This record gives sequence, structure tokens and C-alpha cells, in this order.
Amino acid sequence: MPLPLVSFMEEVTIDIRTYEPTPYGEKTMELTFERVITYLIPYLLKGVFITVSVSFFALFFGAIGGLLLALIRVYRGKVSRFIMIIISSVFRALPQTVLLLLLYFVIAGSINISAYWAGTLSLSIISCVYQMEIFRSSIESIDGGQMMAARAIGMSNMKAIRVIILPQALRRALPAWANEAAGVIKGSSLVYIIGVVEVMRLAQYEIARSREPFAVYFSVALIYFVIVYLTNLALRRVEKKLRIPDIS
Amino acid sequence: MSREILRLENIHKCYGSTEVLKGIDLSVHESEVVVLLGPSGTGKSTLLRCINMLTVPDKGHVWVNGKDLTDPKININHAREHMGMVFQEFNLFAHLSAIDNVAVGLVKVQGMKKSAALERAKFELEKVGLSDKADLYPGQLSGGQKQRVAIARALAMSPDVMLFDEPTSALDPELIGEVLEVMQKLAQDGMTMVCVTHEMHFAKKVANRAIFMEGGVIVEEGSPAEFFDQPKTDRARQFLGKFDSQFE
Repeated sequence: MPLPLVSFMEEVTIDIRTYEPTPYGEKTMELTFERVITYLIPYLLKGVFITVSVSFFALFFGAIGGLLLALIRVYRGKVSRFIMIIISSVFRALPQTVLLLLLYFVIAGSINISAYWAGTLSLSIISCVYQMEIFRSSIESIDGGQMMAARAIGMSNMKAIRVIILPQALRRALPAWANEAAGVIKGSSLVYIIGVVEVMRLAQYEIARSREPFAVYFSVALIYFVIVYLTNLALRRVEKKLRIPDIS
Repeated sequence: MSREILRLENIHKCYGSTEVLKGIDLSVHESEVVVLLGPSGTGKSTLLRCINMLTVPDKGHVWVNGKDLTDPKININHAREHMGMVFQEFNLFAHLSAIDNVAVGLVKVQGMKKSAALERAKFELEKVGLSDKADLYPGQLSGGQKQRVAIARALAMSPDVMLFDEPTSALDPELIGEVLEVMQKLAQDGMTMVCVTHEMHFAKKVANRAIFMEGGVIVEEGSPAEFFDQPKTDRARQFLGKFDSQFE
């Protein structure tokens, strides 16, 4: 049993009345470890699968799209570079919530798909732009001599990109990509505004029912922390495993 | 005279408004070792890159083994397979071990089976005296070792001609010898070579022909004995004067 945590939690039991009168009469809202563990987290976990799968698909589609756009931007001449730069600067200048709603209305208005897929697709498109930037900078960071040497032994441009440039560029992209993965997982909490029942949506339900916003949000925070932490841990493992040996 | 491997005809190349090559003619026969000498910025490296079309000349023709590489219909990747190139900055593929650097062209370009390619790569590494470093990555090798792996990588493709672009200029003085030794052995084994170099000692000892370039044209051309001991032009005399220390 993780006793220190339990005793810590009991010590900081919060009596909301002491710093803010509740609008709902005399009910005392207590944040206890027991309530978080035995009720709130199990309840919210029902939404975790949705949160995780939305994030996974958004990252996956975003990676495919982002890599493609990055390759087009780097290797396909001035016009496509210009177009990509415009798309990228517009997307990155807008708040995720605004973008998500705009994309949602465009997608939901043009094809008939569920809120789940509309949300996932919107997140994918947003992430795609960010991932394009990640992949672009990592591709551009590879020394030009690598391409030259690959061409010199007879590789075509495409083959050189596939066999020589990308294996190096993707390794270099990993730390920034892990950051983006964390961003997407956290950003997936926004799809509740278009009605996808994931962790945040369940949290809203629970708050409406119990009027315990702090306890609920605290549980939500715990859940996100664990998901993001585990994801980063896994990606760091991958990074370590793929590291190119050098003298150090 | 033996078979002509390489013929350049009236090669011109401009970068912006600077004319780097102003009409170069050159013919190289089988087993010949030609050194390109001259001050920095006179187009030697550009000329070398025109030979395998890493730099496309604005005007003129490049014939290798009777094929006109400037013909737009030619498959340039296929043509490059048979020309080895060694760069000043080594340009080893950073994510591949020494042996994979040598084998990658055999597998990905020539379509050889992986096991056969590794066998061949081992043999080439042995030739440059690095069989014990086969599993090390470029980041774990010294400059001289990297350059020898780069030579092995080019040799593995069974080239008709080897192009060396200042192969020892990025090396610490004490590492130059091991690379020159490998190159000298190659020359003795009958490899056709075109070398841009500032190693006058090597040039004098190994070359069959010395070509002195300045300002984008060939100023003087002759056997090393003639060129180094009785240069005909003032420019060549001045240039060679700067290397007196190398001959002491």
C-alpha cells in the first residue's frame, strides 16, 4: 500500500467552505483519497479508452499527413513550400478550440460521420500541421552530404530519402514528436465540446451530478498525468533503443 | 593506348553570374591516375562533380564508357552506380555501421542479397584495413577510418572510375597517410582515378598526369615529372612554390 500518499491526501482534505461558500447550500465537499480511488477514477476510466484511441488515431493520421507534407515542402520546389508555409502559419496561429470547432463544422457539414470520427479527424488535421513542422526541421537538419553520397552510389532521389535521409531524420524528430504526442493527448480533452464522451465529458457529467468540481478535476488531472507520463516513458525507451552509437 | 573511360567536352558551369568552368576538355583512359591541382575556388571540385552529374553542367558533354551522361534520356542513377566518389567530408551514412555503409548500395541499388552484400562489404573493408571496425558506426571512427570506409563503400559498387574530391583535406595531418596509402594501392591495382588534391607528394608519386586549373580553365597539363620539376607556365610555378615545404 502506498501509505505515505494516503496519509498526505488525508491531511490535505479540503473543506471548501473554509475558502469559498458553495452555492448549493450546506453540502460539504470533501476530497478524500478514498473517494478519488474508489469512485471517481473508476468512473472516469470508462472514458479513457476514447481519450486514448482519439489521441492514437490523431497522432497516427497526423504523422502520415505531416510526414508527407514535410517531404513535399522540403523536396517539391518553391510553390509547394510557399503553400505549406501559409497553411502552417495560419493553423499554428489559431487556438486549438477554435480550429477544432471550425474543422468540426466543415467535416460534419460535408460528410456524415459520428462526432467521434469528426473529432478525431479534426485533431488529426491540427496535429498534421504541427508534425509537418517537426519532420521538416528534422529532415532539413540532415547534412546535405548524406543526400549527395546516396546519389553518388546510384540511389534515386526517392530511394535516398527512404533509405538514408528518413531513418536519420525520424530519429532526430523523436524528442519533439514525443512533445507533440503529449500535446495531442491533452488536446484530445477538447473533443468533449463537440459531444464525444471521453474523460472530460464524463467529468462534466459527474460534476453536474455531484457538484464536486475540484475532486473531479483532480481525478481527471491524475488520469491525464498517468497517460502522458506512460506515453513519454515509452517514447523515451524507443528513442534510447534507436540511438545511433557514437564515441560517448 | 588503353580504352578511354571518360571524356569531357567543353564543360561550362555558372553559379549566378560567376562562371566557374569556362570550357574544360579532358580525356581519361583506363588505369590512368589524373590529379587536378590548382588554387581554391578554381572549379576543380565543380569539375569533378560534373563528371558524375552531381552538378549538371550548363554546356558541354560528359561521356563515361561511351555513354553521354548529359543526354536527358539517360538513366543517371544507373550511370552513377559505376562511378565511385569520395568526398572531403566523408559523408558516411550516419545511421549505418561501417559494414552496412559499404553494403547498402549493393542491396538497395544493385539488388544483391543481404548476405552476399555483407560478404562483399567485408572483403572491401579488409582491403582498406578495417575488417576489425566493421560493426562500428561513423560516430565511433576516426577521420582516417571514416574516409577509408567511404573508399570501401565506393569500391563495393565495382566502379569503372573513382573520383576523389580532396579526400584528405578534412583530416588531421597524422591521419592523412593511411588514406593516401589506400589510394596508392588502388592506383597500383589499376583503378582509373581522378583526384582533386593538395597532396603534392602523393600527386607526384602516384599520378600519371597532372592537370593544373585556374580560373575555370586548364592552364597546364603534363606528366608529373614535367609538371612538378619544369612547370611551363608562371602560374604553375607560383602555385607549386607554395608547396615547397611539402617536398622538404
